[in-house]
Amino acid sequence: MTNHWIDIGNSDCILIMGSNAAENHPISFKWVTKAREEHGAKLISVDPRFTRTSSKADFYTALRSGTDIAFLGGMINYILSQKKYFQEYVLEYTNASLIVGDKYSFKDGLFSGFDPKAKKYDQSTWAFAMDDKGVPKRDLTLKNPRCVFNLLKQHYSRYQPELVSKITGTPVADLKKVYEMYATTGAKDKAGTIMYAMGWTQHTVGVQNIRAMSIAQLLLGNMGIAGGGVNALRGESNVQGSTDQALLFHIWPGYLGTPNSKLGSLQIYNEKSTPKSADPLSANWWQNKPKYVVSFLKSMFMDAATKDNDFGYDWMPKLDPGKSYSWLDIFDAMYQGKFTGFFSWGQNPACSGANSTKTRAALAKLDWLVTVNLFDNETASFWKGPGVDPKQVKTEVFFLPCAAFMEKEGSLTNSGRWAQWRYKAQEPQGQSRPDGDIMVELFKEIRELYKSEGGPLPEPILNLYWDYGKDGKFDAHLVAKAINGYYTQDVTVKDKTYKKGELVASFAMLQADGSTSSGNWIYCNSYTEQGNNMARRDKSDASGIGLYPKWSWCWPVNRRILYNRASVDLKGQPWNPNRTVVKFTGEVKDGKYATSKWEGDVPDGGWFPMMNPDGSRRDDSKYPFIMQTHGFGALFGPGRNDGPFPEHYEPIECPVEKNLMSKQLTNPVAATYATDQDVYKTCDPRFPFVATTYRVTEHWQTGVLTRWQPWLLEAEPQLFVEMSQQLAKLKGIKNGEKVLVESPRGSVEAVAIVTLRFQPFKIGGNEIHEVGLPWHYGWIWPADGGDSANLLTPAAGDPNTRIPETKAFMVNVRKKGA
Amino acid sequence: MAGKSFLIDTSRCTACRGCQIACKNWNQNGVEPTKNVGSHQNPPDLSGSTFKLVRFSEHMGKDNKPVWLFFADQCRHCLEPPCKDVIEGYADDGVVQDEATGAVVYLPGSSKAPFDEVRQSCPYNIPRQAADGRLVKCTMCIDRVSNGLIPACVKTCPTGAMNFGDRDAMLALGKERLAKVQKMYPKAQLLDAEQVRTIFLVTADPKLYHEFAVAGLAPGISRKLALRKLFRPARELAAKVKVG
Repeated sequence: MTNHWIDIGNSDCILIMGSNAAENHPISFKWVTKAREEHGAKLISVDPRFTRTSSKADFYTALRSGTDIAFLGGMINYILSQKKYFQEYVLEYTNASLIVGDKYSFKDGLFSGFDPKAKKYDQSTWAFAMDDKGVPKRDLTLKNPRCVFNLLKQHYSRYQPELVSKITGTPVADLKKVYEMYATTGAKDKAGTIMYAMGWTQHTVGVQNIRAMSIAQLLLGNMGIAGGGVNALRGESNVQGSTDQALLFHIWPGYLGTPNSKLGSLQIYNEKSTPKSADPLSANWWQNKPKYVVSFLKSMFMDAATKDNDFGYDWMPKLDPGKSYSWLDIFDAMYQGKFTGFFSWGQNPACSGANSTKTRAALAKLDWLVTVNLFDNETASFWKGPGVDPKQVKTEVFFLPCAAFMEKEGSLTNSGRWAQWRYKAQEPQGQSRPDGDIMVELFKEIRELYKSEGGPLPEPILNLYWDYGKDGKFDAHLVAKAINGYYTQDVTVKDKTYKKGELVASFAMLQADGSTSSGNWIYCNSYTEQGNNMARRDKSDASGIGLYPKWSWCWPVNRRILYNRASVDLKGQPWNPNRTVVKFTGEVKDGKYATSKWEGDVPDGGWFPMMNPDGSRRDDSKYPFIMQTHGFGALFGPGRNDGPFPEHYEPIECPVEKNLMSKQLTNPVAATYATDQDVYKTCDPRFPFVATTYRVTEHWQTGVLTRWQPWLLEAEPQLFVEMSQQLAKLKGIKNGEKVLVESPRGSVEAVAIVTLRFQPFKIGGNEIHEVGLPWHYGWIWPADGGDSANLLTPAAGDPNTRIPETKAFMVNVRKKGA
Repeated sequence: MAGKSFLIDTSRCTACRGCQIACKNWNQNGVEPTKNVGSHQNPPDLSGSTFKLVRFSEHMGKDNKPVWLFFADQCRHCLEPPCKDVIEGYADDGVVQDEATGAVVYLPGSSKAPFDEVRQSCPYNIPRQAADGRLVKCTMCIDRVSNGLIPACVKTCPTGAMNFGDRDAMLALGKERLAKVQKMYPKAQLLDAEQVRTIFLVTADPKLYHEFAVAGLAPGISRKLALRKLFRPARELAAKVKVG
């Protein structure tokens, strides 16, 4: 989230799309309800299925799964053509006025630079035009046909409501109603927010779904303000934390890109991956990246990391250029027999991953598998699963029982970027141990083996800094402090001396010379010499908008709303004085700001405003979107792998032969796989129905924790498949009876819930049915609970993130025996 | 009459079922071996181990848009509880009405009263029988409330659908909420507010929520209520004689 949970209560219009927040984030509805009741906020729910969220909406409408960009493209078109955008904001704070270079074009569904053989774009063709100083050219009159604003208009003029309706199946009147309601937040004293989740991300156009909404939010001036933002509702209590700490292949902690093997030294890596801006008005905050990289390397190797050895850069794993190592790729390689061993830690891939049929087969190719979990699960026991003969499985499986979250101390980072400390409620049960203890012991043994036996490249293991526990016990405080960072030597800055071993107070102090360490620069300031900020529990709030700055701690530097300098006008005064996020209160002399002072949230940089009270521009200010190289909110986003503007493509499996927007049916750079388990079918009469997956309140993820909880299981005991009355009639299915759901990859048995809440879609004159089922179940328990819905889903991924397309695929549904 | 009351504002309920599970947790109630029978409502009904149940009902509303209603059903803790009259006719250690709160709480002696008769006396179809023969239902978390805590279902509710407090305050809150909710839902109403301590605010015709949402909907109830009033003096006399 750019904003945070409480801030939803500040919104005037809440769009919930790609999410079923009432069900999967029940507490969020405290704030949704508050916004509606206290100042009449409108709630819009857009979902293929009428959900518990929809039941509370002021307006609900449906769309076919996988057509969100068509829907949102229509919204962008509406905002532009009806002039609902926030003119001053768009002109000053977004890249609307920037001129795009001559090489950029868009034709027949493809952006310029497409290489059909490599299925890749040459992104350099999307670059901005630069002046002789290397600053992007701008046209503040917005008349230049090559400025972003006009290219945007041109691109989305194609998204007419009638055409969008034919793609999404949403009635034209409903589209217009949603556009109209949401576009009212383009007024400078109105805020609109989006609450989205896996309904948007888990598509081969997942990133572009979010980009489309980001464009709408920028046009309406909804970024940086209270009650606005782009808000991802994370699917687990600590997903934000695990992302921040880089539980992903393509980044190091704090969103520092993982180097590839072509970047042969720290210097080359820094040169190639540190953005440069020649514009004095652009903060280009990522120019500080080398400081964060070196501080990270110091945290990894501490004293062993020196300037002479590139701070241990060579010891860090490198990617093969152009190669992806995501979940989908790992299991693809495993299925091809390219792994000998696998640690399945706190997860259940036999049920959670797309195409679990393939995943389960892949596990049998391993020599050994270690599972660390609270309860038995379908991964740990895959060797005795349905259709598996244990005698034929060579994999040796080890099960390490681990402690539950309430049996250990540590921090969780919620969707709103708040790192909240929590305490141990009770001792772990039986032989179970905290994950940290298991890791501490494991690492000790591995290091001993490297010491005694050597092996290829032992340096990273032997030199790794590992002061994270005592007597074999993991200490969460030591880890939290290392994440924050230390001075690694005495440092004197402006008459103040910081001693070696002192905690660094803020990432502004981090250095590229090895004098500081920080395991994750964005968490620098979370645990300082003043104490553990994550453990703060002060409920005071002077902001009046629910910032609660002394409750826990929020990255970065306790800034509760990102890009908050976009919430003020050029003179630093709030667009909406009733919901002030930050406000400039420096002294004025002769019509000019003379001293600098901001009030409210921690401002996104403490520079002077862009304009003095007398209307003169200042040259010591910075544009508000400081993480963007050029300082502007990105309407045109040349950094993504699949294009600078979101474009509608059909899912890899879809019910239509033609993409009505262009000749390009699917995302040309989407990730697909080629094993015999990777079968994708479009317009195949054997799989005529769109399917989607989701969750219910009562279960969590694959249900490893909740299926053993009798009260929860009692409330949602079995896998179900929801379908319309029309489809049930067509297939002779009665409510409550067991049916088979089959995809090109697998099949599951499920109880039919025949409901008014699914209605068929009119797609290009045809009636298209959609069904949906949750992925919480597995064969281990309960006995008649059904198996994972991911046995059906395809391993096809977004080209940027490789998140799988589990929200739109094709199935058949039939009566058992029919 | 003073004491306590619930206000259950269905306009805020998202059917997260936190209340249903919290009730089971606080009362340490067991589970039933449920199946999905084509509905999310589960267990299918109140039972000896289920005192609080979120009922789901769907129908087609205007503009061809579905309406999904949630009804967090539980004992209404009637000001003049007919079940109490029936149980007292059979046992003097079967039920109490707590003076401070007005909570109607069944005691182990309730097993002496015929279950069917007690159940039929309830206009809301609430009483159930535990495996050991006791009659059971929501206790208003009397053990929590008498120790200064709010009922478990109210404590867990994230949206403010479940409210609990002094009766006057709940009645006032109910009226205030009704006035606001009626702007969006003209058919909104408070159910039997003057007769019960569990006051539901509904946004649509109560029949659409649940057959027993409001007293008098089920046939025979009003007659039963009338009979109860008619016979009460005799029963009270009988009870007194028995005690004496």
